[in-house]
Amino acid sequence: MKVSIEVNGKTIQEEISPDLLLIDFVRRHGCFSVKRGCETSNCGLCTVFLDDKPVLSCSVLAARAHGHRVTTLEGLQEEAEEFGAFIADQGAEQCGFCNPGMIMNAIALFRENPWPDREEIQEYLAGNLCRCSGYEGQLRGILAFLEYKRQKGGENRG
Amino acid sequence: MFTAKEYKQAESLEQAYELNQKRSSRILGGMLWLKMSRASYGTVIDLSGLGLDTIEEDEEAFRIGCMATLRDLELHEGLNAWTRGAVRESVCHIVGVQFRNLATVGGSIFGRFGFSDVLTMFLALDSYVELYKGGIRTLEEFAASPRDKDILVRLIVRKTPVRCHYLSMRNTKTDFPVLACAVASGAEGYRAVIGARPGRAMLVRDSQGILMDGVNEKTAEAFGSWLRAQVPVGSNMRAGAEYRGRLVEVLSRRALLAMEGEG
Repeated sequence: MKVSIEVNGKTIQEEISPDLLLIDFVRRHGCFSVKRGCETSNCGLCTVFLDDKPVLSCSVLAARAHGHRVTTLEGLQEEAEEFGAFIADQGAEQCGFCNPGMIMNAIALFRENPWPDREEIQEYLAGNLCRCSGYEGQLRGILAFLEYKRQKGGENRG
Repeated sequence: MFTAKEYKQAESLEQAYELNQKRSSRILGGMLWLKMSRASYGTVIDLSGLGLDTIEEDEEAFRIGCMATLRDLELHEGLNAWTRGAVRESVCHIVGVQFRNLATVGGSIFGRFGFSDVLTMFLALDSYVELYKGGIRTLEEFAASPRDKDILVRLIVRKTPVRCHYLSMRNTKTDFPVLACAVASGAEGYRAVIGARPGRAMLVRDSQGILMDGVNEKTAEAFGSWLRAQVPVGSNMRAGAEYRGRLVEVLSRRALLAMEGEG
């Protein structure tokens, strides 16, 4: 079957098999930040945005994304780099395998709730598993990033 | 992961129904449980183009399309105001936001999975399913019926005055529940639903009138003990039957007291 999917702003038209997963489709097109981790829809490593909503690309048929927009970390370079530096500064990454999925979901959180508190961060990122760090480093990195944004004068709680 | 020879985005419910009559066909919900299987399907049928992904609210009911997601339930202000946050509580521990953006109400309800928080929650409310051929049936009746080839179009939650509360126990934060418990109180009296027994969720009404004179520490405890005797529980890798039985007592008592505390 033929699909047309916009990946990181570029429309891709391609013949695919009906049971091809979105993760395999985007990796086939060079989006190697999208990782296959658990195969049970639990780890969050394969997080992409489907029309701006974070979803698990290991659990969506590519056929279902026909006519939709898909964004991976490769398509969010500037936004991701600024935030990612705070994660790195905290030494939050060890193997780094979970990092792209975690950054994608953290960006989704900031878009939905620009000033989350600690509990809201933990709740939103509960679906991103890290087997190295125990999450404290990532949490410190996120809080440091939010503090940086506040100092830049970006906070407006209305 | 399953395999499929053909993917069809349905253009109408009639078309989806006809395609689904073949034994090798399967309707796709959120696909999260389905992808765990190694089945081979002829045609997988996608309902996502039929506009069934909304939650409509009017004075009488909430009409939840089968393709509405668990995240939609979690964020719906009207539904959560009506249930005082119980619906949100029932889904917010399910894996993560990315998962809940995919998992559908239709998939959760139609599957009648034993572990389903969604089925447990809505059985406590005045809920109905709208089936394409089978018409409107109570959720209680539907939950007890075997799977067939009909299509679940909507879940309807009537705004029958109700107070409710939801609690679950999990070994780890985002895992399946070890036990789920919803309690509700309305004109017909008190009722409790126990899910993840680990069998399919079961609705029990206060047929003995234990709570007839109101909920307090004593009556809530008595109801919990009675409920434990009414609800068969079993063992699986998450917990043993004895522990689950104790959880039936504890969660139902806590949920009743919390519901009363909320006024």
